[in-house]
Amino acid sequence: MCHDGLVSAASPVEVEPTITPDRITFLDKPWVTIVWNDPVNLMSYVSYVFQKYFGYDRKKAETLMFEVHHDGRSAVSTGSREEMERDVQAMHEYGLWATMEKAS
Amino acid sequence: MSGFARHRRSGRIIANFTGLEAELLRSLASQLVELLRNEAAVPDEDRDPFEALMDFSGPTNAPEDPVLARLFPSAYLDDDEASSEFRRFTEGSLRDGKARAAISIIDGLEEAGLPNQLDEDGLHFDVELDEPTAETWMRSFSDLRLALATRLGVEEDDEARWQALPDDDPEAQAHDIYEWVGYLQETLVLALTD
Repeated sequence: MCHDGLVSAASPVEVEPTITPDRITFLDKPWVTIVWNDPVNLMSYVSYVFQKYFGYDRKKAETLMFEVHHDGRSAVSTGSREEMERDVQAMHEYGLWATMEKAS
Repeated sequence: MSGFARHRRSGRIIANFTGLEAELLRSLASQLVELLRNEAAVPDEDRDPFEALMDFSGPTNAPEDPVLARLFPSAYLDDDEASSEFRRFTEGSLRDGKARAAISIIDGLEEAGLPNQLDEDGLHFDVELDEPTAETWMRSFSDLRLALATRLGVEEDDEARWQALPDDDPEAQAHDIYEWVGYLQETLVLALTD
């Protein structure tokens, strides 16, 4: 995947010598995997998937599951873009509706 | 039938199926396999024709069929380019995995005693699954339910809509099957956490 969107076409500089602290924070900003509510998947199943795949304990998995159920979405994992791609793919394997986005 | 339960001594996960129930489940799983294997990736009109010919890696557009679109959702809400890339690298293996999982249901039922052609009344048999196979079935039950729900247009808290239908309505019958697969899945989750 070669899509980072940070280097604009107007500044084709490979190394930016005057990079600001703000910019560094921005570069380091992690990604999150979002699981969305759907009317099909069972609550027990969603909680099972969170425990099994992420290794969360039952309490944390159920908290996230209820968040999905009540708020419509929940950020279930955080990490690098590559890590979140793996998590989104795994959620799709389980039939959960998942997307990824930059952490806000 | 009473759903799945874990056998205390062997640790295996067991359910008793009638021939008709097993036949129904096999038919659902077969239809899913067919859907996953048949719909080719939607061709992308905007691409350079040579580039498109030389690229075997995977589809970049969301599937047209609503069931497939639900099984393989876009990974990014507001970035079509990144979604296409993600799809290109993942959809092929996701499709294979889901087809293999559905085939494991078909194989499991046939090994447990479901004949190719069901013509015997009163047939019933135990299906015994080890833990990894039970997990695979549980995952595939989600795919089957998503497929049925998408075709039926199931929504949150819509029980009244289905209850209002006469028993012989085809949608009511399909919805009963959807609920039944949900029951099977629920008992599998319980058995796996038991």
